[in-house]
Amino acid sequence: MKLQLRFFASLREGLGLSEEWVNLPADVKTIAQLRHHLTQRGGAWAEVLASDKVIRCALNQRMVKESIALEEGAEVAFFPPVTGG
Amino acid sequence: MTKSLIRIQEADFDLTTEVAALRKGDLQVGAVVTFVGTVRDMNEGNQVTEMTLEHYPGMTEKALEDIISQAKACWEIRGTLVIHRIGPLLPEDQIVLVVVTSAHRGEAFAACEFIMDYLKTAAPFWKKEDTPEGSKWVDARVTDDVAMARWNQK
Repeated sequence: MKLQLRFFASLREGLGLSEEWVNLPADVKTIAQLRHHLTQRGGAWAEVLASDKVIRCALNQRMVKESIALEEGAEVAFFPPVTGG
Repeated sequence: MTKSLIRIQEADFDLTTEVAALRKGDLQVGAVVTFVGTVRDMNEGNQVTEMTLEHYPGMTEKALEDIISQAKACWEIRGTLVIHRIGPLLPEDQIVLVVVTSAHRGEAFAACEFIMDYLKTAAPFWKKEDTPEGSKWVDARVTDDVAMARWNQK
């Protein structure tokens, strides 16, 4: 499955990346599995996306739980809890 | 006639001008409630010299539209306006404006507070503060989640 990743705020800075397209193996089916998959890259990825870090995620620009299923061509965003207003 | 306006912008806004534009031509409005959020020079004991606001273009507008439609489902409101600034801001600067118009004040007060509480937890904006010790992303506050959660209990 191919999809677009986007990162914001402290995650974007920590990874040094705002967006990229990825091709995922067939066993990566949910956002939680995607997050774990990305930590396997090691380095900043393992640190920034570590399971003990509080991170919010969005699928096609809607805030969702990590258990939600991924979709082909989707836009998946990871970011810290919001602090606007 | 109802209006829902959302603007994300770097430029400052003028409260009087914005309220007049939202009210104009709507003779059913009997109450206007406004909230303005501003930049403080201190946050959690740190001196703040400048702040920068980042957002998620595309998702921000969707999240705010969703917030406003939920407010409209809960209260008899007529017009809504949300302006959120992005980019660099200084202490005393205005960050956010929420205006709600209604026939009666009770609905307008409640809807305005709901929109602000929901925005603080669901709209993708992030603040980064510059302090004499360097720059730092602002952590989300637990009190914001508590403020949001109470609306679900009503």
